Amino acid sequence: MSESKLPVATIPALRFAFDRSLVIAFSCIILMLLGGALYSREFLSPEYLLQQLQISAFLGIIASGAMMVILIGHIDLSIPWTVTLGAMMATAIAGWFGETGNLLAIPVGVFCGAMIGLLNGLGVAYLRLPSMIFTLGMNAVVQGLMVLHTGGFAPQDHATDAMHFLAVGRPIFGIPNALLIWVVVGALTIFLLTRTAFGRRVYAVGNREAAAYLSGVNTNAVIIWCFVLSGAAAAFAGVLLAGYSTKAYQAMGDPYLLPAIAAVVLGGTNILGGRGNYLGTIAGVILITLLQSILAVMQMPEAGRQIIYGVVILVMLLAYGRAEIDRK
Amino acid sequence: MNDLRHRIHHNGGLLAAIGLFIVMFVIYVSNHPVGLTAAVATTASNKAVLLALVAMAQTLPVLTRGLDLSVGMVFILANCLASVLVVGTIGEGFLGIAIVLGAGALAGFINGAIIVWGRLQPIITTLATGAVYYGIALYVRPGPGGDVQSDIADFATGQLFGIIPTALIVLLAIVLIVWVPYRNSVLGRAAYAVGSNEQAAYMSGVPVQRAKLLAYTLAGFLAAIGGLMLTFNTYSGEASSPIAGTYTLNSIAAVVIGGTSLFGGWGSAIGSIFGAFVLRTIEDLLFVFDLDPLWQPLFQGVVLLAAVSLGALRVLRIRNRLELFA
Repeated sequence: MSESKLPVATIPALRFAFDRSLVIAFSCIILMLLGGALYSREFLSPEYLLQQLQISAFLGIIASGAMMVILIGHIDLSIPWTVTLGAMMATAIAGWFGETGNLLAIPVGVFCGAMIGLLNGLGVAYLRLPSMIFTLGMNAVVQGLMVLHTGGFAPQDHATDAMHFLAVGRPIFGIPNALLIWVVVGALTIFLLTRTAFGRRVYAVGNREAAAYLSGVNTNAVIIWCFVLSGAAAAFAGVLLAGYSTKAYQAMGDPYLLPAIAAVVLGGTNILGGRGNYLGTIAGVILITLLQSILAVMQMPEAGRQIIYGVVILVMLLAYGRAEIDRK
Repeated sequence: MNDLRHRIHHNGGLLAAIGLFIVMFVIYVSNHPVGLTAAVATTASNKAVLLALVAMAQTLPVLTRGLDLSVGMVFILANCLASVLVVGTIGEGFLGIAIVLGAGALAGFINGAIIVWGRLQPIITTLATGAVYYGIALYVRPGPGGDVQSDIADFATGQLFGIIPTALIVLLAIVLIVWVPYRNSVLGRAAYAVGSNEQAAYMSGVPVQRAKLLAYTLAGFLAAIGGLMLTFNTYSGEASSPIAGTYTLNSIAAVVIGGTSLFGGWGSAIGSIFGAFVLRTIEDLLFVFDLDPLWQPLFQGVVLLAAVSLGALRVLRIRNRLELFA
C-alpha cells in the first residue's frame, strides 16, 4: 500500500530496482535453463536459445496487446479467434487479389483484428458490459464468421512469401526476423506506456477510472484504443503464425489465450489494472515458452503438460500475485 | 397487492426468461414434423438439462461477484471420470457416481480455496485450474471411449411413467435438494450479500470467506452432476476442450438471460435454468427451420453476444455518470 502513495515520478525507478515479481520471473528463467542443461547440454546452446526466442516472439506480440487491455483493468478473451481471423483474412486476401493481394495481405489481416478490437472497445466503453463477458461473446461471433468464411468461400489458406519470410527468415546475423519484429513491437509498447500522455492515461484509467474521468481524461477513448491495439496485435501474431506454419487453419489461436494472459500476469502486471511494466511481460513470455519447450523435450504427454502448466502458473501467482487484504 | 408487485418486479428477469422459453418452445413444437410426443420431449430435455446444470453451477460464483471459467472443464472431467468409474453392477455404479460427484465438489473447493485464501482473482484462478482439470481429464481418458452402467444411464435418460422425462425430474430434485435449501441458508444469503457489497457484508459480520468457499464448491458439484448426465446420454467419455469451452461460454450466457446480474448479488439459479432452456431451444429452432449449417456458429455467436448485451440496459437506469465506473 505504501508504494501507491509515492509521487508518480519516482515509481518507475523504484519499480525497476525492487520489483519482486520481475526478480522472481527472471530467476525462474535462469533456473529452468540450468535445470534443462542438467538434462541436456543443448539447452544452453545459442541455436536453442535463438529458436526459443523466435517462438516466444509470437506469444510476445500477443501479450503486448493483452497487456494494454489488462493495464486498464479489463481482459480480452477474444484473442484466440482474433489470431485466427488475422491469419485467415491475410491468406484469403492474397488468394483473391493476386499480386496486389500479396502486398495487402498483412495490413488487411492486422486491420481486421483492429476492427474486432474496436467492436470490443465500443461494447466495453459505451455499453459498460464486463469485458470478459463481451469479448467471450465476440470470440464466438468471430469463430462463426470464420467458419462461414472458410466453408462458404473456400479461400486460399497458404501464407504468402512475405509472411513466411517475416516469420522464419534470418537475414541479419542469423537473428530470426520474428524476434526482431517482437523487439520493434516491444519498443513501441514501452515508448507508448512510459513516454506518452496516452500511456499515463492507460495507467490512470486502470487505477481508478472515475478519478481519471474527473481529471478530464476521455476514458472511453482510452478503453477503445487499448482494445484496438490488442486486436491488432493478436491479428498480427496470427499473420506471422500463418507464415511460420505456412498456412492458416481453424482454431490456430486457441493455444494462445491462457499463455498470453499468464505471461502478462506472471510478469507482475496487476490483473485488476493500473500497475505493471513491459519488462515483466517479456520475462513472463520467455518463462512460459521455456516451460512449454522443456515439457515438450521431456516428452511429457499432453495431459501432464496441461496439469504442470496450470500448477506452475498458480504457484507463481500465489508467490507474488496475491491481492492485499482489503478491509477498510 | 404491493407484495405481489414487489415480487414481480424482483423476479422480472426470471419471468422474462420463462416467457421467452415458452414462446420459443411453442414455435419449436408446432413446427416440429412429429409434434410434442414423449420421445421429442425426452430428447429435448436430455440436452437442455446438461446446460441447465452447468448454468446453475455458474450462477453461484456469479452471485458472489465472481466467475468460474472452469465449469466446462469440471463438466468434462466428471464425464471422463464417470466413463471409467460408473461401471459394473448397479451398486458399483452408484459408488462411482458418489466418487465423481465428490471429485467435482473437490475441484470446486480447490477453486474456492485459491480464491479465498490465496487471494487471487477468480478469472485467472479458474482459467489456470481449468487447464489442470482438463489435463486430469485427458489423463483419465486420452482418447474418446469408455462405458457407463447402462441400467442407471437408461433410467436417467428415459421417461418416468412412460411420459415424463426423468432428466427433468432429476433437475427438479436438484433444485429442491440443493438450490432451495442453499438459497434459504445463512451462507446462501451471505453469498448475495457478498455479491452486493463485500465490504459492507464483512463489516456486518457476514461469513464472507465461507460463503465464497461454499459457492465455488457447490459450483463444482453441480457441474459434476452435469458431466454425469452427459455420460448417461453419450455412454462414453471424451476429454474435448471445445465442448468444455462451449459449455463455459453458454453457461455465462444462460446466467445473463436468466436475469442474474454479472455484477453479483442479484438473480437466481432458477432463472439460469430457463436461460439454458432458451439457448437450447434456439439451437433446436435452427434445426427445425433448416438453417444452413455453415451459418449456425455465426448465428449462435450473435445470439450469445446479443444475450450478454442485455446487461447494457442497466446503463439506462443510471442517473449519475460516476456510477458507470463502479
